[in-house]
Amino acid sequence: MERRTLFPGRMLPALLILPQLVLTLVFFLWPAVQAIRSSLEREDAFGTSTEFVGLDNFADLFGDPLYVAAIGRTAFFCAGVTAVSMGVALLLAVLADGELRGRAFYRTMLIWPYAVAPAMAAVLWVLMFHPQIGLVGAWLNRIGIAWDYKLDGTQAMALVILAAAWKQISYNFIFFLAGLQAIPKTIIEAARIDGSRGVHRFRTIVLPLLMPTVYFLLVVDLVYAAFDTFATVYAVNGGGPGQSTQTLVLKVYLDGIVNANIGSSSAQSVVLMAGVIVLCALQFRFLGRKAVT
Amino acid sequence: MRQGLLRLVPHAVMILAILLFAFPIWIAIAGSTQDSAAIARGEISLLPDLSGLGVYREVLVQGSSGAGPVWRALLVSAGMALAIALGKIALSLPSAYAVTFFRFPFRMTAFWLIFLTLMLPVEVRLIPTFQVMSSLDLINSFTGLTIPLIASATATLLFRQTFLAIPDELVEAARMDGAGPLRFLRDIVIPVSGANIAALFVILFVYGWNQYLWPLLVATDPKLDTVVIGIVKMIGVDTATEWNKVMATAVLALIPPVAVVLLMQRWFVKGLTEGDK
Amino acid sequence: MDRRVLLAGVGGLAAWTALRPSPRALAGDRTPIVLWHAMSGANGEEVDRLARDFNASQSEVTLEAVFKGTYPETLTAAIAAFRAGKAPHIVQVFEVGTGTMLQAGPAIKPVWKLAEETGLALDPNAYIPGVRGYYSLPDGKLASMPFNSSTAVMWYNRDAFEKAGLDPDTPPATYDAFAQAARTLASKAPTPIASTSAWMTWIQFEEYAAIQNLAYATENDGYDGLGAQLLINTKPFVDQLQRFMDLAKDGAFKYAGRDTAPDAVFYSGQAAIGFGSSSGRADIVKNAKFRYAEAFLPTEPALNPNPNNSIIGGASLWAMTAPKRSEAEYKAVAAFYGFISTPEQVALYAQHTGYVPVTVAGYEATKRSGYFEKNPGTDVPARQLSRGALTPNSRGLRLGRLPEIRAILYEEIEKALQGQQTAQAAMDGAVSRGNRVLREFQKSARG
Repeated sequence: MERRTLFPGRMLPALLILPQLVLTLVFFLWPAVQAIRSSLEREDAFGTSTEFVGLDNFADLFGDPLYVAAIGRTAFFCAGVTAVSMGVALLLAVLADGELRGRAFYRTMLIWPYAVAPAMAAVLWVLMFHPQIGLVGAWLNRIGIAWDYKLDGTQAMALVILAAAWKQISYNFIFFLAGLQAIPKTIIEAARIDGSRGVHRFRTIVLPLLMPTVYFLLVVDLVYAAFDTFATVYAVNGGGPGQSTQTLVLKVYLDGIVNANIGSSSAQSVVLMAGVIVLCALQFRFLGRKAVT
Repeated sequence: MRQGLLRLVPHAVMILAILLFAFPIWIAIAGSTQDSAAIARGEISLLPDLSGLGVYREVLVQGSSGAGPVWRALLVSAGMALAIALGKIALSLPSAYAVTFFRFPFRMTAFWLIFLTLMLPVEVRLIPTFQVMSSLDLINSFTGLTIPLIASATATLLFRQTFLAIPDELVEAARMDGAGPLRFLRDIVIPVSGANIAALFVILFVYGWNQYLWPLLVATDPKLDTVVIGIVKMIGVDTATEWNKVMATAVLALIPPVAVVLLMQRWFVKGLTEGDK
Repeated sequence: MDRRVLLAGVGGLAAWTALRPSPRALAGDRTPIVLWHAMSGANGEEVDRLARDFNASQSEVTLEAVFKGTYPETLTAAIAAFRAGKAPHIVQVFEVGTGTMLQAGPAIKPVWKLAEETGLALDPNAYIPGVRGYYSLPDGKLASMPFNSSTAVMWYNRDAFEKAGLDPDTPPATYDAFAQAARTLASKAPTPIASTSAWMTWIQFEEYAAIQNLAYATENDGYDGLGAQLLINTKPFVDQLQRFMDLAKDGAFKYAGRDTAPDAVFYSGQAAIGFGSSSGRADIVKNAKFRYAEAFLPTEPALNPNPNNSIIGGASLWAMTAPKRSEAEYKAVAAFYGFISTPEQVALYAQHTGYVPVTVAGYEATKRSGYFEKNPGTDVPARQLSRGALTPNSRGLRLGRLPEIRAILYEEIEKALQGQQTAQAAMDGAVSRGNRVLREFQKSARG
């Protein structure tokens, strides 16, 4: 994953990277250190009494069978969100990239759902899928499909994955499209002349060239599903029924913001952080290398 | 005949996708023109009631109970979104360029440091970040609002991925021509990444546009509420909500991002129109 | 776009940067104080109205009210600000955060202490029992300032009652009568759903315990110490859950989600009986297309022949401390407290918002104004909050991390209603998991 040809010099790159590094240190590294520190502490919400407890917070977490169950559930949720949003987005991007009449229109229509304010998205999802008053939900019940995500864990999980993936499809679509556009048309043309067709051409020519984008989106989607979905999940059903849609990040949110339990919430973030770092490192190893050579 | 039908398939898929995608937004558009109580009861008609269009004028100029006029919130949001999007690109393009095209001590350490920031959930960061901003005396200021949101790794990661795909031969050729690193950046790297920069701008604009928790925490002047905070303010607690106004505001809040998408389309499609000379 | 609009925007942004020093500095020798609240919609406007009227009523203090998001978000903002030494003077905290706030030690200034220091005259007994109980300490001193209070009631659809042959003027008064009515409603089916309940944990368990005079937790529901243990796996609570499980099985009760989610099922006309907060009134008035009424929560005469008062929901105001906060500022806070506790303001606030008049004098003033007559049923919440004698079981719950305990109970109830466990197993699970949370809180508070 190294470039062979590089520019010489040390001052220039240092200057180029410095601004971002400074902001990162101040606004991320410092808070991250704080988070790790408070994961080792027990304190009240206002920080007026603090006690160092070592790994107690972590021991509590892993001693709780429900937390361990939530890890598996979260993995499933993240995989679901990533697969749905990337699969659908790639299909749509390939179609929109082709010689399709009206593609500019299609493109716009597929991108702008991304702009819906999260506060509003939750309201809209309820208006659509509520079992009694939702347009789609009530209709499902009328035609004899017992739709009741308030008490059916599987349906609730499906709905939550869908709601979380919805926004991300647009996001992925934008980058897939940009990635496809960046592939020189001469290469595709050459392949076509060589008689390479359809799916085969996509798999052997287009996909390898698209790998940097795929890799980027894999990381972004995974991070999104793992960290940024708590508002959606919370709005749809608060993690219920039972615990069937309770993901790790929802628990971080509930403990950190709603319950003001900073020690445990920090410990959970550290666990989550570690998990995603491991996953990304694995991706770097197996996908990253292929993606850039 | 079969050929013709086959050609229709992509259109069918696209139209289906659009219908599914735009359905929630259509509900918002149709709902905004209807009776608030009907919306609350879940009795939204899928056909907009054209006589209810006056609601847009109303929310734009007067606002709704609990929130000020929307035009002002739109301006505040636009300012914030622009600052965040441009700031992020201006910051991450050079840093990704440095990491990809140079070799210097602690290069990968720097990259990983930046990369790791992706993994820190907002809720955990909230309180320490607030403390930092407070000690820098930036609470309740535009700088305090935008700076912490500008520093993130997504853009750096994307640019790095894009730059890695630039063939070595190009760099070689540029060096032979005697082009320095800055000229190479300007003449080759930025033009080649055009589509991605455009895509990123769209995404970052929307990201900035939709920020909620941080602006809520750091700014306290109601005149400076963003449109998202406005929407939350309109959705009443323990009181009846004027749903038509909420939906109208949500639709209005869509317009600037849509405009950005339309504007950026030109760069998106660049590859198709002039990419193959 | 108009150039002037653009300029105004640029001006707005510039003003943003130049916002400090605060515009309040211009207010001359008035003391500026800030109130952070979580009231949105029309109720947010009412807070602004209070601030305006308070500022106009005197010349010493200028109060600025700022919306800080939902209750949890407002609390988080206050915590972040306190840690940075910039806490607001007053913050509105939901009732289930009371336990957390009481452990905040030097971060807060309890009402009784503020009154002592500033000479504010405030008699806890001026407040109606349910309100006083929730926000006072075991010795009767007020800890926080009662503000927006509601309680749980039973809403019902009069039209549906008539169609099912039930008398809409005598709503079921006991849980047995409720179960019977729900079964009748299910068989006659004037509405698709016979009954539903918002806030299952608060209404069917916390309120149930208070009214039936049952202890919810040891240590007098947590008032006497942090060592409280939940008691909700005892027979009455298990029976209560079993009742709803049986009704659900017979199609006479529908679980429709947590907190306020089921409200829409009632006011859309889908359910004939909807337990809910009295503060849901505005939504029902605006949205329901049928004749509705509110009634006292059902009771269980076998458990307690003389039902107690119900407990409150809503939020109260907490005075916060900050380094260098002056005596004048605390005096200003006390002045605002004094203003909002006058009978006229209590009555006005209640009528404008639909919350309960929190003082006895405010209740009387509301009565004299003819408001209750014009809006039949609006006196039910205050009457229910004042019923009977305030007992150690009916003051409220003083448990740390109560939102988390509620979430646990929701989870266990939902599993039981799904048929995954028995009522006893559900309540046992809630107790053991809930007690773990309480022990955690105990440790963090002592630490």
